Amino acid sequence: VYRLHGRYYEMAPNVVPMDYTRDPDVKLPMQLIINMPELKENPFKERIVESFSEDGEGSLSFNDFVDMFSVLSEMAPRELKAIYAFKIYDFNTDNFICKEDLEKTLNKLTREELTAEEITLVCEKVIEEADMDGDGKLGFADFENMISKAPDFLRYYSKKK
Amino acid sequence: REAQIFVDKFEGALGKGKGKKFYAYKVMMMKKWMKFQRDFENFKTACIPWEMKIKEIESHFGSSVASYFIFLRWMYGINMILFGLTFGLVMVPEALMGKPYGSLPRKTVPRAEEATAMNFATLWDFSGLAQYSVLFYGYYNNQRTIGWLKFRMPLSYFLVGVGTIGYSFMIVIRTMAKNANDDGGGDDTSFNFSWKMFTSWDYLIGNPETADNKFASITTSFKEAIVEEQESRKEENIHLTRFLRVLANFLALCTLAGSGYLIFFVVRRSQQFALEGLENYGWWERNEVNMVMSLLGMFCPTLFDVISSLENYHPRIALRWQLGRIFALFLGNLYTFIIALMDEINLKARYLLSFTLEEEKIVKYNMTIWEASLYNGTIPENSTAPPIQVDPADVPRGPCWETMVGQEFVRLTVSDTMTTYITILIGDFLRAVFVRFFNYCWCWDLEYGFPSYSEFDISGNVLGLIFNQGMIWMGSFYAPCLPAINVFRLHTSMYLQCWAVMCCNVPQERVFKASRSNNFYMAMLLFILFLSTLPVVYTVVSIPPSFDCGPFSGKTRMYDVIGETLELDFPSWFGKVFGYASNPGIILPFILLMVLSLYYLNATSKSYKEANLELKKKLQ
Repeated sequence: VYRLHGRYYEMAPNVVPMDYTRDPDVKLPMQLIINMPELKENPFKERIVESFSEDGEGSLSFNDFVDMFSVLSEMAPRELKAIYAFKIYDFNTDNFICKEDLEKTLNKLTREELTAEEITLVCEKVIEEADMDGDGKLGFADFENMISKAPDFLRYYSKKK
Repeated sequence: REAQIFVDKFEGALGKGKGKKFYAYKVMMMKKWMKFQRDFENFKTACIPWEMKIKEIESHFGSSVASYFIFLRWMYGINMILFGLTFGLVMVPEALMGKPYGSLPRKTVPRAEEATAMNFATLWDFSGLAQYSVLFYGYYNNQRTIGWLKFRMPLSYFLVGVGTIGYSFMIVIRTMAKNANDDGGGDDTSFNFSWKMFTSWDYLIGNPETADNKFASITTSFKEAIVEEQESRKEENIHLTRFLRVLANFLALCTLAGSGYLIFFVVRRSQQFALEGLENYGWWERNEVNMVMSLLGMFCPTLFDVISSLENYHPRIALRWQLGRIFALFLGNLYTFIIALMDEINLKARYLLSFTLEEEKIVKYNMTIWEASLYNGTIPENSTAPPIQVDPADVPRGPCWETMVGQEFVRLTVSDTMTTYITILIGDFLRAVFVRFFNYCWCWDLEYGFPSYSEFDISGNVLGLIFNQGMIWMGSFYAPCLPAINVFRLHTSMYLQCWAVMCCNVPQERVFKASRSNNFYMAMLLFILFLSTLPVVYTVVSIPPSFDCGPFSGKTRMYDVIGETLELDFPSWFGKVFGYASNPGIILPFILLMVLSLYYLNATSKSYKEANLELKKKLQ
């Protein structure tokens, strides 16, 4: 935790206090956080920061910061990671991953190299594969069911300290 | 009571009692060990040569192009081992322990050639000093043991020759078996697209270049999966498709037959020209055969490409058909060429053989006369007089056909390498430069229309690699330097082609996933290996070796060295056992036993595969 505090402090030394005993209300804006080297290349960096922030706009207090790194570490249990992954991919925060969310994810992943019909095809296939309750979008249960069978999820979703 | 036992056992873990320190220590050691294992795995992956290059190519061009480079790397590994065998067991002992250059007639450049022996032109042609060195068959002495280690040179030469071929067979078959296992996995997993979408980004990436590669590889992987999906969704009008496929095969057969007939016709014509004297004809007539074969090799594959668009196959299967047809084309051409020359070859071979035998006698007679002339005129009845010291360069030589064959192979390999490199530079690089820079001042859009950038020609390159390896296998018995030359060639070719692909080629229109097994390439390789072993086996078994050069000189057949070793080096009971074992009465039942065990193993492997599938279904 001490190291994390060091990183947090580095990002905005004039704002972050060294002493947390008085529980100050300090938040760092999103711009600073997504410039961190670990997150810079990540296509989902804005979503990651948004999903951990309490006020939903992307500013992280130190608690949120610690939360974010603890979920992304290797020690976090799989279910916790699945919950946060679901939040990250849910762009419109309606607790369902619908077709538009999928399209946005795909565009971010491929940097918009695929044509429109290819995108539609992929999104349809995803919904066809994972949607168990047949409502045309992925609820958390569908997502968790699909992720739990994936061999690569833990490997890619973890960061080393 | 049980609780007490439990607490005693896990004393350390519970943080109390004397076991605590030891347990903490144990936990720390475990963590360190796991970290070490992980680092070692990373290190091992980093050690695989060219892994990063191939991954980069795979992310931009797809797994089928990358499979060619993986195949190239695998061949490089095999050639390294062949090189190790020939270098370590044949070239080095002879260089270190054999008689040095200049001590024997076979090891010295003849007086007549001495003036040009060190010229670059002669060396490039592999004659002169290069010919009379450890690089070729003719240099080796037939002395039974050499040096203080009593290293049995001829035996080693023979065994290395047999061993290289045996090792190659073994490794090709082993790789085929391993790939057959992988193939059983199948890639029709459920959740294919979902996993690609949600789990393909690696959150550990912090480096922009790696991120670029990752984006490219994700895009390519999606495209591959889309192609698979589209292929499986295609609605087929079965009758039309079947008719078109039959038509396409018929056209391909016509092309093959046509090219075979053309070659036959041209070779006959050239024989006629030769009879009438070559001076009457211009350059085209003289080189007609070569030109026709090269032109056929250039245009027929394109024709096959056009035909295959009729067939509407999955791109992976279309590639296989293409490879198969080009393979058949080359083999057919070679075969018709040889048949057309058959009479000529027969004549020449008989002539050469008789000539060799005659010349042997003549040379031997000449040598006695020549020695006698050194004794001032008297021809001694029995040569008990001590031999006079003569400079080896002056001794007359017999023909050394093995070295000549070895030289031909080496020249062929070198010219093949040069041709490939020049084709890459001109065909890909210059074309890309032309398209890029002349696009501004040209009537039509060069990048979209003709000629545009070239795609990577997988089938041509794979076949080139396989045929090249066939030549190496054929030639390495006569020229131990061939594996070394090939290692060098593959090394440079890897770098050159990786650079050329990333710089001058564009990915194909429809990127498809290569089948995880490379069994198709392996099957072709096996076939070529078999074909190239045949001539070597034939020469070892039926043609007598040259009488004055090479490690087998003086024997009637090359395999006599084995018999000699058995007689002289092993205890006598061994020879008796061998004699009994080579009795046909024992060999036939042995062969029968082998066939039966093959059948049994085949049956068991089939049943295992079925059990595998059943279990997989249950897991679902």
